[in-house]
Amino acid sequence: MANEFAVEMQDVLKQFVTPEGGLLSAVDHVTMQIKDGEFFSLLGPSGCGKTTSLRMIAGFELPTEGNILIHGKEMSQVSAHQRPVNTVFQQYALFPHMTVAQNIGFGLEMKGVGKAERSKRVAEALEMVRLPGMEMRRAKQLSGGQQQRIALARALVNKPEVLLLDEPLGALDLKLRKEMQLELKNLQREVGITFIYVTHDQEEALTMSDRIAVMNKGEALQIGKPEEIYERPENRFVADFIGETNFLDGVVKGQNGNVVEIDLPGTDVLHVESSRKFTNGQQVSVAVRPEKLRLNNKIEGGNNLKGHVEDVIYIGTDTHYGVRFPGGHRTRVREQNVSQAQKEIAKLDDDVTVSFTLTAPRILTE
Amino acid sequence: MMKFFRGSKIRQLLGLISPGALWILIFFNLPLLIMLFISFVERGRAGGIQIPPVYTISNYRLLFDACATEFAGPACNPWLYLGIFGHSVRIAVVVTFWCILVGYPLAYFIAKQKPIWRDALMILVIIPFWTNFLVRTYALKQVLATEGLLNSLLMNLHLIMQPLELLFNESGVVIGLVYGYLPFAILPMYTSIEKFDHSLMEAAADLGAPPRRAFWRVMLPMTMPGVVAAFVLVFVPVVGAFITPDIMGGGKVEMIGTLINRQFGVARNWPFGSAMSMVLMLVVLIGVVAYFRSGTEETRSAI
Repeated sequence: MANEFAVEMQDVLKQFVTPEGGLLSAVDHVTMQIKDGEFFSLLGPSGCGKTTSLRMIAGFELPTEGNILIHGKEMSQVSAHQRPVNTVFQQYALFPHMTVAQNIGFGLEMKGVGKAERSKRVAEALEMVRLPGMEMRRAKQLSGGQQQRIALARALVNKPEVLLLDEPLGALDLKLRKEMQLELKNLQREVGITFIYVTHDQEEALTMSDRIAVMNKGEALQIGKPEEIYERPENRFVADFIGETNFLDGVVKGQNGNVVEIDLPGTDVLHVESSRKFTNGQQVSVAVRPEKLRLNNKIEGGNNLKGHVEDVIYIGTDTHYGVRFPGGHRTRVREQNVSQAQKEIAKLDDDVTVSFTLTAPRILTE
Repeated sequence: MMKFFRGSKIRQLLGLISPGALWILIFFNLPLLIMLFISFVERGRAGGIQIPPVYTISNYRLLFDACATEFAGPACNPWLYLGIFGHSVRIAVVVTFWCILVGYPLAYFIAKQKPIWRDALMILVIIPFWTNFLVRTYALKQVLATEGLLNSLLMNLHLIMQPLELLFNESGVVIGLVYGYLPFAILPMYTSIEKFDHSLMEAAADLGAPPRRAFWRVMLPMTMPGVVAAFVLVFVPVVGAFITPDIMGGGKVEMIGTLINRQFGVARNWPFGSAMSMVLMLVVLIGVVAYFRSGTEETRSAI
């Protein structure tokens, strides 16, 4: 492939007319490049524009403005049935009046592949999704998980340049979903096809993706590897949507090289490492993950805040402590239950110290 | 046993079904038996049947050989009645074909509207039923007449030089029947199309099917139950129709319905009319049963 990008969205805008007659920007000037062979996820809450983006790549919707390129080729004049992509639909959209073999062979039939070759490749595809010998079944005789695999086989048998998946695991129960996540990831590595995966489940996106685009209200807020998205969220929405985050609102008091002093009024002054420049008096949010906080375990040269335990929730692997600081700020602290001693670290209504390093938090300005 | 019949559930059920059941029994099933009986007896001299009845199968033979009667002249065509039979079936097929061809896109269009528009449009389809069928047919005759609305319009627009002959021939009968039975085709097809999951068309396109192929391979098979229902609902009444062929054909287009009608009227040959009715019923019954047997499970559950 001449182009290293499988799919490019260039400043894509998609507007819909709402029933009230207004204009809604479902996708609002989104630009992203998806590399060849990548497992790329579009992650966001419902209505964030992830499915609309996927439908535009598939060709079911046309952008109001902007371009979509597949391997460098402009797609505005190419209709859905001519695009080198295939889709696994959310509700699978298997043809109920056809057998499994007819479903999987449909794409090949449209391409004019002969009957013998077709049945050979259908059998291979069924092998790949670990449902061999299912050819003569009908779609409605299959379980949800099986239908999901058939939908996957039906798309992959065509060897598309890009596979689009619209929340394909959404209808499965948790255990099956976890299984399928790994299976999908392995399958993607095996076939080497670019996967674009739409999901609202942040854990799923983190587990499977090479890169993630976090979307909200039609905008792509941050695009990056899972650890970048998790460890270095660029704004409050991303920090909040991916995993659990404590936000401590404060004011920048000073900056000493890489260390920023942030005053949490009434609580304490925090020290946070950051390479960015801040102005004194600037309103900021300090975002810190619950698992990076320590309870009654002071860190020399770190931040050690005095607070009061307001609630204790035992959830098996961890215990969660809700701690309120004098200035009204609240945090959630997650302690792993490694030993019995760990479990008795603090009780309800105890006065405790919450500690974290200078590098643990992120300073967010928006 | 008595206890069983005294069960209040059973009595309730009998109470609910007996008015309808009696109605059907007395006014449909019993007359059908009477008709079956009449079809096997000789006609009376002045109409009706001969009393006491003389049993015969000549009424059925007459259908297959129109010359097997004392009234047969030298120019007698033995195939006359069978020909009319075949002709009726052909007209019914043509009418059903047009009803489905015209009705399907319309049903599709209505099914694709927003719910509030859908209901309004369906009412428009049903409204013609509120006007008497005879009145509508006579009105249509005015529209299609040589000096009628349609011909005047086309002439004034200089689209045609001579008036089209749309009445008193087969075209007139077909137009009249399509006009009358179109709603019967639209209703079941609308129901099927409305239930059709349109994401299947996206799936077909996604797999490389151009719109036309997607229609033939996915949408049409999936909405076939509606089409089959439309076929049965239009074909069965049309093959035996007699008012429309009579008015629109002006007595020049003979269909099985008009022929039967005549046997009970001017021809005064009740037994032959009854025999033809029985054969028509049998043919339609065999046809419909064969159609459902050949169809899929979905097709069979259509009606």
